[in-house]
Amino acid sequence: MSRTPRPGLVLQVDRSTPPILFHHGEGFRLEKLPAGRSRVIYPGEPLLGLRNPDLAIRDALEDPIDSEPLSALLTPNMKLTIAFDDISLPLPQMQRPDIRQRIIEAVLDQAAQAGVDDVHIIAALALHRRMTDDELRHALGDRIFDAFSPSGHLYNLDAEDPDGMVVLGETRHGEEVQMCKRAAESDLLVYVNINLVTMNGGWKSTATGLSGYQALRHHHNVDTLAKSDLMDHHKSEFHDSNWRQGEVIRNSGLKIFQIETTINNNTFGLDGPMSVLQKREWEWTARDRAAFVTMHNGLKVMPPKARHNVFKNWRAPYEMTSIQAGEVEAVHEKTIEHVHAQQLVPVEGQTDVLTLGLPYLTPYNVNSIMNPILVMCLGLGYFFHLYRGKPLVRKGGVIILSHPTTPNFHPVHHPSYIDFYEQVLPETTDPVEIATKYEKLYAEDEWYRHLYRTSYAYHGVHPLYMWYWGARARDYAGKVIIVGGDVGAVRRMGFTPASTLQDALEMATDTVGPKPSITHLHNPPYVMADVT
Amino acid sequence: MSSEEKLRRLANDLSRRARSALHPQLPFPYGPAQTPKGVESVAKTGSKGANFDTDWARRPSARAARGALVETMMRPAVAVLARPTRTGLDRLADLPEDEPAIFVANHHSHIDTPLLLTSIPEPWRRDTVVAAAADYFFSNRVSGAAAALALGAIPMERQRSARSTANRAAELLRDGWSLLIFPEGGRSKDGWGQEFRGGAAYLSQRSDVPVVPIHLAGTGRILRKGRSMPTPASTTVNFGYPLRPEPDETSRSFGGRIEAAVATLADESSSDWWTARQRAHAGDSPSMTGPEVASWRRSWALGDPGRRAGSRKQRWPYV
Repeated sequence: MSRTPRPGLVLQVDRSTPPILFHHGEGFRLEKLPAGRSRVIYPGEPLLGLRNPDLAIRDALEDPIDSEPLSALLTPNMKLTIAFDDISLPLPQMQRPDIRQRIIEAVLDQAAQAGVDDVHIIAALALHRRMTDDELRHALGDRIFDAFSPSGHLYNLDAEDPDGMVVLGETRHGEEVQMCKRAAESDLLVYVNINLVTMNGGWKSTATGLSGYQALRHHHNVDTLAKSDLMDHHKSEFHDSNWRQGEVIRNSGLKIFQIETTINNNTFGLDGPMSVLQKREWEWTARDRAAFVTMHNGLKVMPPKARHNVFKNWRAPYEMTSIQAGEVEAVHEKTIEHVHAQQLVPVEGQTDVLTLGLPYLTPYNVNSIMNPILVMCLGLGYFFHLYRGKPLVRKGGVIILSHPTTPNFHPVHHPSYIDFYEQVLPETTDPVEIATKYEKLYAEDEWYRHLYRTSYAYHGVHPLYMWYWGARARDYAGKVIIVGGDVGAVRRMGFTPASTLQDALEMATDTVGPKPSITHLHNPPYVMADVT
Repeated sequence: MSSEEKLRRLANDLSRRARSALHPQLPFPYGPAQTPKGVESVAKTGSKGANFDTDWARRPSARAARGALVETMMRPAVAVLARPTRTGLDRLADLPEDEPAIFVANHHSHIDTPLLLTSIPEPWRRDTVVAAAADYFFSNRVSGAAAALALGAIPMERQRSARSTANRAAELLRDGWSLLIFPEGGRSKDGWGQEFRGGAAYLSQRSDVPVVPIHLAGTGRILRKGRSMPTPASTTVNFGYPLRPEPDETSRSFGGRIEAAVATLADESSSDWWTARQRAHAGDSPSMTGPEVASWRRSWALGDPGRRAGSRKQRWPYV
């Protein structure tokens, strides 16, 4: 490929700047930002993918960082467990073949060569919902699925299985370390990750992905998350806790071979109808504009189900930009460098008002419905944290989210979310009070536990974790406004509804004063502000 | 002059007279002039067999006709007769779309070519020519033209190694055409595979084009050698990872790798991917050519061709 990807860009808005694309759930808005005091942060163009991914995988396995080659770690009578990131990565799901399939096939090929018979493959989903057979097939490919699933050697983690989990000990801070028993008792654990954003990977892969409530509660809590720059593991108490748990895992004698990958941000493709979504507005060609107008207006008149399917069926043409394998921490530092190379955009100074157009997808509603709690989590938990250095918005500033925030829930995937929305939020939105009063109830509810284990439901405690995830930004911001959202749902979550962006900007002046500076994060594709 | 020589000349003369009586030739200059005696005649190249001209079948109009034929007739016929399951297409994800490839498959049935022409993914499918036996498909003008038009066939010499057909295939690869070739040289005689010939490996090395190994399972039940009426059956088309020759690899060794890759795919189709990989690494992949024993034992070892390998029943003796 001969294209030369351009880096990200901070555009100062003037009177000639065209309206800016805002994602708005399963739709879009074009918003004119005030000239002279607004700026837009655009992501860099997709980096070139590795020319020969399979060769790169083989090289990474044979020339790992601070570890013996994988082939040297494989012996005929060993117990080998391969764990992989679940349906929450990447977003959206990528076109086949998925990176995980490529890597796990390469690992299994070496295992076959070494004569390893005892192999288990586990979806490391912690308290997420179980992956369906179709989702496993998509992530791992038909060959692995057909070879391992019928015999029960490919399965989802069950973090509530009393016989399937084991406590490895406690960290020096008294945090329990719980882990999937099969993984903990293996001679070698190979973890295959997709590092979509800098929050992923490292010890979080094993310490969280293969763990359960008993251990997760030590970092998935309001206090820890309040002290966490989630996208910078060096400044995140959340990651520190995971790293401490990782230390216990390492000291337990478990040999881990971590394989981390990064992808470019080719979320909507370089051509095709969706490609307009990752182009800068002034560069839209007549064809792009026609595609956008057709899509924009078509989506408006489509029945909700058809509209949902348009997005649900989209598979991103992501390409792998790096793969590194070996010792967990050394590998992860290298991985972070590659994520930064794609996503970081230098930005000078904070802003009074941060605007965020929220798309249709979070890590927790793949093939599902984006309910209001997930809207809050995506805006305040994820997009707010897409910075390095300091937050894009100043302390006490205003965060404006754009999303329909429809109070619809997936009854199979999110049963405890429904109860949380109907029973807890009308009473209080204070995360500390919620944690004190409701966490134990939701975490230990037998019905939620049953649905998590046997159906495709997120764990009972999951909606509370989502609430905690956004708590830091909620506390940090002077006001949170949701544009175009369902008024009842927005108010129930304690936010301010606005019909238009202009209304929202007007409301913001009550908090930050007249003529505030405004910054719009043009995300997705993924972009991370390097704020100085 | 011996009497034997006289008789031979007489026979030749009668034969020539008989031919001219049956095919009267126009007088020169309206017809060809006779080669003077004592002058060595220029060897006729002929227009059949390996010399059959198929250039016309790669012109846009013929390609359009072939495309229509494939989509409107071949594909429905394949769907009914072969009921194909296509697997392993994801292995072609890294195959450059703007470069040709050599598709190599085992061969059991006349349905194999239509099945593959409807299974090879775009963009290679529309620019694929099929290496067809020069002595079988191109033995007369009608069957040659039909094969060239319907299948995009080009003649390939299989009785002896012929530089001309190899040169033509290499030229086509250089011009961006992909090639579908059955290196066994013909359909299976007894249900077992045959040893692969070196043509595909040679062409790949010569033209620097990757080889895509493919295994076809189940087609032997449809229209195998000796059958004239097809029997519908389920089939599997399993694509393997593209192979390229190593820098110092001999054609023979590369051919061996191609054959091994198809054998592993065959094992994968009859068991599963993990088992096939384990056996491939242990060097235990089941042979496609079957045991070297008496023909009845080969036939017996083949089992019931209507079943998958994992559940084969032995035909005879019933014990």
